Amino acid sequence: MEVFQLIISGVSQGCVYGLIALGFVLIYKATEMVNFAQGDIMMLGAYVGITFISIWDWPFWWALPATIGVMALVGVVLERLLLRPMIGEPHFAVLMLTIGLGFVLRAIAGAIWGNEPRALPTPYVGEVLELGSAVIGYENIAIIAGTAVLCLCMWLFFRFSRLGIAMQAASQNQLAAFYVGIPVKRMYSLVWALSAAIAGVAGILTAPVSLVDPLIGFVGIKAFAAAIVGGFGSMPGAIIGGLLIGLVEQFAGLYLPPGFSDMSAYVLLLVMLLVRPQGLFATMQKKKV
Amino acid sequence: MTVLLDIKNIETYYGPVMAIRGVSMQVAEGQIVSLLGANGAGKTTVLKTISGAMDPQKGMVSYAGEAIQGKDPDWVARQGIAHVPEGREVFPFLNVDENLRMGAFSRHDGDIQADIEMVYDYFPVLKTLIKSQAVNLSGGQQQMLAIGRALMLRPRLMLLDEPSLGLSPKLVQEIAEIIRRLNTEQAVTVLLVEQNAKMALEVGDYGYVMEVGRIVMEDSCERLRDATDIQEFYLGMKDQGVRGRRRWKQRKTWR
Ligand SMILES: Nc1ncnc2c1ncn2[C@@H]1O[C@H](COP(=O)(O)OP(=O)(O)O)[C@@H](O)[C@H]1O
Ligand SMILES: [Mg+2]
Repeated sequence: MEVFQLIISGVSQGCVYGLIALGFVLIYKATEMVNFAQGDIMMLGAYVGITFISIWDWPFWWALPATIGVMALVGVVLERLLLRPMIGEPHFAVLMLTIGLGFVLRAIAGAIWGNEPRALPTPYVGEVLELGSAVIGYENIAIIAGTAVLCLCMWLFFRFSRLGIAMQAASQNQLAAFYVGIPVKRMYSLVWALSAAIAGVAGILTAPVSLVDPLIGFVGIKAFAAAIVGGFGSMPGAIIGGLLIGLVEQFAGLYLPPGFSDMSAYVLLLVMLLVRPQGLFATMQKKKV
Repeated sequence: MTVLLDIKNIETYYGPVMAIRGVSMQVAEGQIVSLLGANGAGKTTVLKTISGAMDPQKGMVSYAGEAIQGKDPDWVARQGIAHVPEGREVFPFLNVDENLRMGAFSRHDGDIQADIEMVYDYFPVLKTLIKSQAVNLSGGQQQMLAIGRALMLRPRLMLLDEPSLGLSPKLVQEIAEIIRRLNTEQAVTVLLVEQNAKMALEVGDYGYVMEVGRIVMEDSCERLRDATDIQEFYLGMKDQGVRGRRRWKQRKTWR
């Protein structure tokens, strides 16, 4: 049953990549900006969760919505303060800005919470589920279940709610969205709120598995690869791309010499770019601005 | 006759390029006003300046007595100005029903479903396509969807940018008829931009003619139809004059 266990840990790690990738894709689809600080926002979310749970001793089920709320607010503030003034600036300037933002967030986190790794205690930490010979940690199940619930909520939101459809409209045709009276700039803030909140959830879910330090945001690079594998512009693609990379890493770790595991994400990315450069879920969408 | 839209001496730039060189025009409440001119004359830019997609460097746009130049386009839309842009800018991956509902995004009354039915009355073909993504509609159907979506705003003023572009003569007549009906039945004031001068002069009450960023002629549409200049340059009723050849010599199509 080793394979089964590998699949579970691959999927749960892949879910974390997928959630961060979802943040990349959401922001890219709406604003055509790539937010390279997405991983570091996840790191911030993990620390916010740690603050509520281990420092302030809040119950986990209060800390979760509180973290989501705080992170949504962080997203709005970042968009209003940093990104909105950049509308109309060249893309590389925005790119540099978000890379710089990543540095700043890491420095801030180090200053507030220190550089030594911290653990996040959760109600389910250490417990395992035994399925035959396979032993699965509840942390991994929580990641998978949490991601599934979050994806379902997102799907319902974008498919059926007026606001979700308006956000789609604004990213499909910005000018037309303006002309029908959709407050497009507010939609941008909302998109940032949403992707920061998702990153926050990813942070809280991943913290019990891997210790938290200011550098955990670097998984954002793998999430970025996941987003590209998925087609950079497709939300299901982001999740599937994340899962693929998570799985490939696990199996490379088992069957290939040491060191290949960490590289395998980029190998997959390269193969993808060669074989199917538009990604798994190509959205051939001509965008009008 | 009250003036609903009053444009005074606007100048609008694309970077260093001056596209609108001091345009003034008025649209009276309840009228259909046509704005004619060849490709590149600046008609689209005038509409964009009205709806706030572009800010004029100089001049004033007042709507229902209030200065609206420089405001955000979504705000302008919520004041009751519906802009149907050039090139049928629908939401490609939303279906027809969702496109129409987005047209009513700023509304919170209970009549939205009734208004969707009204749009289907004007454009019965859309009703058969409710669940189709807009990207899969034909050009004519997309144009109808764009106009229908604008209606969902319950606009007081509708800006129509070349609704006839690329449509068959029969569809052009259909659109013209719809514009007339919206004007009388829904009391929508219309500013209609067209290169199809024949259609625009038939439908309109009053008309302006633009050339390279300026208004060069204005009159009632009836008198514009009879003006020899218009007949020569826009209705193609005579050979192009010397002036026409000089100015439009690069032009290969003529509408
Ligand atoms: N995005 C743009 N950038 C630079 N110049 C533009 C742009 N759009 C239009 N122009 C210029 O502005 C002038 C007016 O264009 P436009 O308003 O689109 O004319 P019309 O709608 O009458 O065809 C043209 O000379 C055109 O070349
Ligand atoms: Mg035009």
